[in-house]
Amino acid sequence: MKPRNKRVMFVVLALVMVGAASALISTAMKGNLNYLYAPEQVLAGEVPEGTVFRLGGLVKKDSLKRSETELEARFIVTDNRGNEITVVTHNILPDLFQEEKSQVSRGKMNDKGEFIAEEVLAKHDSEYMPAELKDVLAKEHTPAPVNVDGSEIKNMTKGQKI
Amino acid sequence: MNFYPLAGKLIPIFWLAAIVLTAIGLYWGFFKTADAMDNGMKEYYRIIYVHVASAWMAMWLYAVMVAWAMIGLIFNTRLSFMMASATAITGTIMTIIALVTGAIWGKTSWGTWWDWDPKLTTFLILLFVYIGYIALQSAIDDTRRSDKASALLALVGLAIVPVIYYAVNCPDPNQCASLHQESSLKRVESNILIGMLVTTLGFWMYSFATILMRARNIILERERNTSWVSKLNEVN
Repeated sequence: MKPRNKRVMFVVLALVMVGAASALISTAMKGNLNYLYAPEQVLAGEVPEGTVFRLGGLVKKDSLKRSETELEARFIVTDNRGNEITVVTHNILPDLFQEEKSQVSRGKMNDKGEFIAEEVLAKHDSEYMPAELKDVLAKEHTPAPVNVDGSEIKNMTKGQKI
Repeated sequence: MNFYPLAGKLIPIFWLAAIVLTAIGLYWGFFKTADAMDNGMKEYYRIIYVHVASAWMAMWLYAVMVAWAMIGLIFNTRLSFMMASATAITGTIMTIIALVTGAIWGKTSWGTWWDWDPKLTTFLILLFVYIGYIALQSAIDDTRRSDKASALLALVGLAIVPVIYYAVNCPDPNQCASLHQESSLKRVESNILIGMLVTTLGFWMYSFATILMRARNIILERERNTSWVSKLNEVN
């Protein structure tokens, strides 16, 4: 075999290995990287007691209550399927934080079954549409079940079970 | 060697294209698009034009760098190794711009500068791979050996690029939850898309210009003992 063909073989083989490594990392991330837990998983006891974890989900409509006297906010995180957890935080809520929008908060559960968040983050989707268009389109507003991170479920017909 | 004078002629053209396209893209993005987004973002969403353009270029330039490195490994051509190492610096700069603009944007919208979310973490690894490539290249004095060693590192590091994409895009979102949004242009208003694409083209032209400039410098440095370099006007 000519030396150059040998080198081509080597590079092609290396590329195949790199591709395989890439696929393996991607697959491993899906299974093991528990970036966040959904309310359903928390209520089912999938999170070991006393550990700090991230809780994902939608902020329930009309559930945000701010304390009159101190920097404290309470809201309910829901998956619109009946799984709900109350979150308590003593931090300033981010700009994008809104009811009926996704959030990711980090903290742990207390004895009363409330989630004490050290950090509350707002999550958004990849939709960039001008705000003026929204009123014209006048989207329907029936709460639909959401993904584990509170994002909208795509490619799902109405009434389909998850 | 014909590359050196050719690159010298192309550089001003790429600089001009870079300035014009970036200016048009940013002007369009800052003044011709809506002030507020449906998803609740206010004017600060406009950092998207710099953030997306630099993030795309960071990943694209990595692929370009690996392509040059592979050509060098197979054909043993010195110029392709020089192009690879010239590309690495611009790629690193793009990665840093993407990370910094992302942090500023993250603080204003999500509420944090940084989070160990899959997308952000894998992108940080990309920065480390770039830096590792540059470090390895400059750590070995013999250029032939440093070219080959760093080319191999670049090739191995390529594994991270698809992971950056798949960290947020998988068929079942329940399997790859993250704070960073998924990468999709499907629901981006066309006006915003124009700003993003034109700015990206501008950044691309900037990359051509700076990579060619750096490649010329590397050539001068490495070929300083040859007769054609000593005859150049800029050397004398």
